[in-house]
Amino acid sequence: METIRPGELADLQLKRLRWTLHQAENVGLYQRKFKEAGVSPDEIRTLDDVEKLPFTYKKELQAGYPFGLFAVPMKEIVRIHTTSGTTGKPTVVGYTRQDLDNWSELIARNMTMIGLGEDDIFQNAVNYGLFTGGLGFHYGAEKIGATVIPSATGNTRRQIEMIEDFGVTAIHCTPSYALHLAEVAESMGKTLDTLKTGIFGAEPWSESMRTELERRLGVKAFDSYGLSEMYGPGVAFECPEHNGLHIWHDCYLTEIIDPKTGERLGPGERGELVITPLVKEGLPLVRYRTGDVTRLMDEECACGRGVKIARLTGRSDDMLVIRGINVFPSQIEHVLRSLPEVGEQFMVYIDRVKHLDEMTIEVEMSRAGFSGELQDLARTQKKIAGELHNTLGLRTAVKLVEPGSLPRFEGKAKRVIDRRGAI
Amino acid sequence: MEKSYIVKQISIFSENRPGRLAAIAGALRDAKINIFAFSIAEADGFGVVRALVDRPEDAHRTLTDLGFRVSFTDVIGVKMRDEPGGLSDIASVLGDAGINIEYAYAYSGKDAAVLILRVDQIEDAVRQLLGHGGELLKTSLSQ
Ligand SMILES: [Zn+2]
Repeated sequence: METIRPGELADLQLKRLRWTLHQAENVGLYQRKFKEAGVSPDEIRTLDDVEKLPFTYKKELQAGYPFGLFAVPMKEIVRIHTTSGTTGKPTVVGYTRQDLDNWSELIARNMTMIGLGEDDIFQNAVNYGLFTGGLGFHYGAEKIGATVIPSATGNTRRQIEMIEDFGVTAIHCTPSYALHLAEVAESMGKTLDTLKTGIFGAEPWSESMRTELERRLGVKAFDSYGLSEMYGPGVAFECPEHNGLHIWHDCYLTEIIDPKTGERLGPGERGELVITPLVKEGLPLVRYRTGDVTRLMDEECACGRGVKIARLTGRSDDMLVIRGINVFPSQIEHVLRSLPEVGEQFMVYIDRVKHLDEMTIEVEMSRAGFSGELQDLARTQKKIAGELHNTLGLRTAVKLVEPGSLPRFEGKAKRVIDRRGAI
Repeated sequence: MEKSYIVKQISIFSENRPGRLAAIAGALRDAKINIFAFSIAEADGFGVVRALVDRPEDAHRTLTDLGFRVSFTDVIGVKMRDEPGGLSDIASVLGDAGINIEYAYAYSGKDAAVLILRVDQIEDAVRQLLGHGGELLKTSLSQ
């Protein structure tokens, strides 16, 4: 499947697309949407016909809370995951037994792609509850025969002891938790010599973060992309080339669109990723608007696998609009991590002062590089603000804070606090 | 020779928020470290607490262990005549020699007021002040 010929792939995609549309017809929402769009699944005869189909939005999933979008009877649903919406109701995802098999197969493919197998000892340091990252990777890693340690999050010192004592070779966690692990391991004087592979996902992370994680943890870092609506992690994954993520085209039909007009964009153009999953039974979706911004990469990968998507620069709903300028938190992170004066953590606050947006960034001082002189601190502060201004095109207020004073995150980091709504 | 008059000041990075100075002072008190003098320099949202203590190495370790960013800064301490013109004399000796004072703060010692000086050419400053009859704190005084 990894190296299927293009013609065969298209045939398979079309066959599965038509199956998915019929599966979707079991759902009231899609019966209505197809009718409104004046399109019947039988009219979809080529892959390009997919453009005739309506988009599906996250708010429609939320409106169907809890089980309104399931396409099979509840007795066939064997697992539920939910994602906590920042606004409104959570999104509920249901899995049939076949869905769980498909999902663990996808994770297994990704792990095999980066060279993991039955000789590996795999620590899964993510939340094991309703969050899809825990159980998703757990079953995928078992499928490839790795020895799985379901360590979940928390008790960081114990996590580090396990890595050392069990000879852990690969770890999966959020990039921010990986950084915290590195910090604590260093403070314990542990070098984590057995660790070779780091799989990081659930939040966007920058190339400078990669450099830092690889150096401090002694791993090769791999980016993992997924979303609960598409099972969870496993949708796309970096291969050993570390240049873009392979998306599994036999299971996911991808389009890149202009988020404003909904029009399809060409290869290489950056826009919103829209996915139609091709093998989902419990919760089929049609042209789902992921909110993630990326592009389909033109260039072929040296590894010979299919078309890649570029690493994600952030979700369109993470995007901040400050004084009319679009800002992704990942851009801020990228600037800060490239400056040696900056320590482990930062926080971003957005306020509206006299009808103007003000962005304040609290930055921990690095442990090295304090000369004791006030003017050197002032110079550092100015340099950080200058670099941010260059990248974001926006003036920010930079506040230097003491190392260790900002919050640490074990799951998804919440580094941006938008206080403009609150009065 | 000049080196024996160079005194180690500890400089501590501190946010401008309530309780930080108390935390620093409390930590030094608990370690039974005596503070001779201190000053606070503030900028936008943060500051540097400067202190002269009897055991600078211990103070550095104690505060670093608590997570503070601490460094040593070389300063000199000049005894000031307790009469008009005391400060101006010192300033003009250094000014005439082309030595720049980056900052200064004072405290009342047992027998005289002491001016703590951070200058750009510290060994020159020591020579000039001694040459003009100034009385300087010995490094060992603060050990
Ligand atoms: Zn590749």
